[in-house]
Amino acid sequence: MKKLINKPEDVVKEALQAMASAHADLIKVHYDPNFIVRADAPVKGKVGILSGGGSGHEPMHGGFVGMGMLDAACPGAVFTSPTPDQMLEATKAINGGAGVLHIVKNYTGDILNFEMAADLAKGEGIEVEAVVTNDDVAVQDSLYTAGRRGVGVTVLAEKITGAAAEQKRPLKAVADICRKVNAQGRTMGMALTSCTVPAAGKPTFDLPEDEMEIGIGIHGEPGRTRMKLKTVAEITEMLVKPILEDLPFKSGDSVLAFVNGMGGTPLLELYVVYNELAKILGGRQIKIARNLVGSYITSLDMAGCSITLVKMDDELISLWDAPVKTPGLRWGI
Amino acid sequence: MTVRRDDVIAWIQAYADVIAENKARLTQLDSDIGDGDHGTNMDRGFQAVKAKVPEFADKDIGAVLKTVGMTLVSTVGGASGPLYGTFFLQAGSATAGKMELSLNDWIAALQAGVDGIIMRGKANLGDKTMVDALLPALQALKESASSGAGLPASLKASAAACEQGMLATVPLVARKGRASYLGERSAGHQDPGATSSHMLLQAAAESWSMLAD
Repeated sequence: MKKLINKPEDVVKEALQAMASAHADLIKVHYDPNFIVRADAPVKGKVGILSGGGSGHEPMHGGFVGMGMLDAACPGAVFTSPTPDQMLEATKAINGGAGVLHIVKNYTGDILNFEMAADLAKGEGIEVEAVVTNDDVAVQDSLYTAGRRGVGVTVLAEKITGAAAEQKRPLKAVADICRKVNAQGRTMGMALTSCTVPAAGKPTFDLPEDEMEIGIGIHGEPGRTRMKLKTVAEITEMLVKPILEDLPFKSGDSVLAFVNGMGGTPLLELYVVYNELAKILGGRQIKIARNLVGSYITSLDMAGCSITLVKMDDELISLWDAPVKTPGLRWGI
Repeated sequence: MTVRRDDVIAWIQAYADVIAENKARLTQLDSDIGDGDHGTNMDRGFQAVKAKVPEFADKDIGAVLKTVGMTLVSTVGGASGPLYGTFFLQAGSATAGKMELSLNDWIAALQAGVDGIIMRGKANLGDKTMVDALLPALQALKESASSGAGLPASLKASAAACEQGMLATVPLVARKGRASYLGERSAGHQDPGATSSHMLLQAAAESWSMLAD
């Protein structure tokens, strides 16, 4: 595998150092324990929003720290949850007196570490609420599994929730907005190739040249089914159908449509997918009120994409449109 | 006979070496049904624990185990960090102030550690997790002790039951952790957490086998 990596064990640290110098106007990086924090944190009277997770999903989460989105992000090792000591220090650094919201993707490791961190922060007198994102419809049988994974909706929830916090809404209201976005959002992903974890140095799974995985997560874990490659129209239909049926999305609904690249797929191809998605939704009289196309929640160098739909109303649209200024998302400024 | 504080430290160090030797194997098991980082994460945590050994000189067993737990919580990450961290924190609480452990003390420590893992991870027997290796090990330890066997023999029985529990995870369909996302496809693979759990109790049995009965 050819990689722009000096030493696998240094990748996360070097990327943090680079973010600190490349985006010094927006963020600061704290080391040992590691977290990225908004340059002007803590913002007095504003709910602080913290997220975090394993590295390898860039720009999520560190790239979304800044005005209008996250106040801090804790990066773990590649595909490994960060630890409670990081989360506690980040929580303290962004507590502007209005409490702190933890946005946690539904993975066993993330849940356990954030739970320990919330216990520690409460012990220090900080009001903490946690919202767990779990939007992946590929996980069907949530009674007998760890539940649906938090994937694409996390990016959209962080943006919309960040806008609500910027309006100085109280902790409970900010958390409710986050829960609403998660409850109204669904995602399904697919892979054309595996990804290569730096420490492993070889692809996590083998996928023959003419096959694809449907229902993948964002950690190189295989999906639920493997099949022969199909046309983009067929693949898009296979991703959208379970999303539409699950919520369900109905004729007349307005949605935020998010076509996300897994890290190794060019934007040109993501637009081809968006094109098919727009046709399918148009045919069902579902209105794309807003959209996001690009690689925002990635799985290292995996080729493939995910589709996320969130049912929108006027309030969510206005929060989506609100100004945001982060390394990874920036508009309205 | 008893397990002294230095025997506990020797066990922890022996386990750290076993993890280092088996790093690639644990990561491979995790790549098959998880996210391919179990060996790397456990090795990072136990190398950090090894670096703390000089601090153990003036500590009792409970304090040693608690330090191991806190170190794992802050260095391992993933699910293994809180789970192994909780195991050692709870085992440390159960052995607070002790400079040596009887067989019954070790049963109490293992019981507290396993209870902690179940409380934190909410896994039950048969979910294809470390609990499938640890619960049978605890059960065998108790049975061996109540039949009058000594500490080395009981540890051996415990490690053997742990191995059987670990092997029994192979046909199971995972219901907890990241492997659960694979559904039926998780069957046919040995659980990496059960594997590292077996290594932990096997290391105890081997490390303490020389203690006189």
